[in-house]
Amino acid sequence: MARETILHKVRTALGRAAGEDPEPAPAPRLRIPEASGDSRVRSFCAALEALAGQTAIAGSLDEARAAVAALIAGKTAVASNAPLLAEAGITSLPGVRSGVFDREELRAACAAVDAGITSADYALADTGSIVLLSSREEARLVSLLPPRHIAVIPQSRILANIDELFSLIPVPSQRSSSMVLITGPSRTADIEQILVRGVHGPGQVHAIIVPA
Amino acid sequence: MSVLPEKEIHAALTDGRLQSAIYTATGRLIDKRKAVTSAAALPDYQELRTQANLIKRHTIENLDYYLELFERNLTSNGGRLVWCRDGTEVADFILKLAKDRGARLIVKSKSMTTEEIDLNERLERHGLEAVETDLGEYILQLAHERPYHIVAPALHKTRYDVADIFTKKLGVEREEVIEQQTLIARRVLREKFLAADIGISGANFLVADSGSVTLVENEGNARLSTTAPKIHIAVAGIEKLIPRAQDLAVFLKLLGRSATGQPLTVYTSVLSGPRRSDEIDGPDEFYVLLMDNGRTKLLADPEKRQSLYCIRCGACLNICPVYRKIGGHNYPWVYSGPIGAIITPQYHGVMGDPWLPFASSLCGACAEVCPVKIDLPKILLDLRAEVIKAKAREGKNRLEHLTFRLWAWLMRHPKLYEFAGAAGAGMLGGNEGWVDRLPIETGPLKAWLSERQLPAPAPKSFRRLWRERRRSSGA
Repeated sequence: MARETILHKVRTALGRAAGEDPEPAPAPRLRIPEASGDSRVRSFCAALEALAGQTAIAGSLDEARAAVAALIAGKTAVASNAPLLAEAGITSLPGVRSGVFDREELRAACAAVDAGITSADYALADTGSIVLLSSREEARLVSLLPPRHIAVIPQSRILANIDELFSLIPVPSQRSSSMVLITGPSRTADIEQILVRGVHGPGQVHAIIVPA
Repeated sequence: MSVLPEKEIHAALTDGRLQSAIYTATGRLIDKRKAVTSAAALPDYQELRTQANLIKRHTIENLDYYLELFERNLTSNGGRLVWCRDGTEVADFILKLAKDRGARLIVKSKSMTTEEIDLNERLERHGLEAVETDLGEYILQLAHERPYHIVAPALHKTRYDVADIFTKKLGVEREEVIEQQTLIARRVLREKFLAADIGISGANFLVADSGSVTLVENEGNARLSTTAPKIHIAVAGIEKLIPRAQDLAVFLKLLGRSATGQPLTVYTSVLSGPRRSDEIDGPDEFYVLLMDNGRTKLLADPEKRQSLYCIRCGACLNICPVYRKIGGHNYPWVYSGPIGAIITPQYHGVMGDPWLPFASSLCGACAEVCPVKIDLPKILLDLRAEVIKAKAREGKNRLEHLTFRLWAWLMRHPKLYEFAGAAGAGMLGGNEGWVDRLPIETGPLKAWLSERQLPAPAPKSFRRLWRERRRSSGA
């Protein structure tokens, strides 16, 4: 009933009939700059570091594992189920828990550990964003509940900008129930416009770029 | 009908600490916005604004189509659309759902739409606990105040105010360091997130072709509110629609920059229904409560319906010389600043707050910073005209009405106009360049003259000078 009332009011206000087609929409505006792989890596790292994120470029998966090991030495972490993390041996590092597929179990684990380790579906060079689509491989809470987020990102996944992201994923619901762009550490400026990092999400974000 | 809250405005103007808090915070936001929208930082800024305006116009002009398209796609994502005519229907739906699911605790992320309908109060009256989780909103909920600003709700609170509020309401030891205050909120709210039965969010954009709700935020509280509880409810006005996910590329570039000077906010979530069978976490139930609450009234006016393009970035508040002096609580509704001044009268009727469209210098700064190019000064003028007409209908302001009719008549009769001008100039007198014979203490112009001085009329009128010069040049 509310549905019909509202739609009727809208149509009356606009002078449109039920089922009437819309006028043609303005064409989408996507602008994707040309950029080499190297320059994308450089731009991504610079953008993320400007937001107080930390970045490292690993020459191999072994180097990536060593970098993660150094970050979580003596601490605990939950790793997502992304195949890349297992392949790099990150899931078998001491203190790392992985292979959790149960929601409640995952939630309890993420609430207790020092770090969450994920891969990334994409990254955006111009803003330093990490893009994660929720799936069996990537749960949402791994990049959200622990105070530190470590993302291991294949270099080829770094896109120029958000326009390129939406050209590759024109309809996000076809891929996942959740697509999130993470652009730096959680922050607030709600008290006196003074910047504080790590409010509800991770206060530290590390991106480790790997070949491939 | 409300009247200009003179006392409250005077109190704000004479509160030095408040003035400096507003001025500093809005000043920082202005500077940050400027830095990321400059031609050097974003060469296609003006093109983006134009595109955003075109898309919003197209969507609003064909809104019924996009509402139904969104409904179809949301439904095929496994979500459910609930149409709500007003705040009561929103609250009733949530109360019933909470009852059916045995839910008690609700975490909320920042939403002006739910502020508009006092949702928290409605829910709490029925025994539910609804906790605001955005830091600024949380502080205000504890202080029982409404947002001071669309984007920075606690803009008027200093760290000392926050220390007072936390000590009193949370029973924690007094803490005046902002970092520590933030940690206190994190600790308290973390418990709430993990225990909550329902998460309520607003929506920055509803994407028709994807059936998705898009949320932008910096703290992570919106992500937590929409991920941790088993039920996610997004409450949104019908004007939040955009046709395609690809249009987000335009709007996201503008929103963060205009609001807080960020190319992108820390978190941008595109949420499309409940978690799927192959996904590990996320809510089991996903509702979008699509609310009218007066929006169709705005839609009925072809000129002013552009007010519905607003993406709530708050840039017009920051830049507004009136907002920066009187602050956010002297506006009659939750929406303050220039955008509040144009939408409040349209929701509540122009005679609800007839002073509001006049509380502006019409300097145009708001229109200049608006990312979707709403012509705010034009709408303010239209609303002024509506107030004048309504007052005339009610038989008020007869003198003003007569004066302007006389003026219009004189303007159409040049000879009479010149005569009246000369006579008037003689009557006004002058002393050291200023008019000195007007009744300042009494008479209909009392209020106007108490703040202003009129320059004395020139000894010779323009017409007379013109004639003399033509004569002397022999033309």
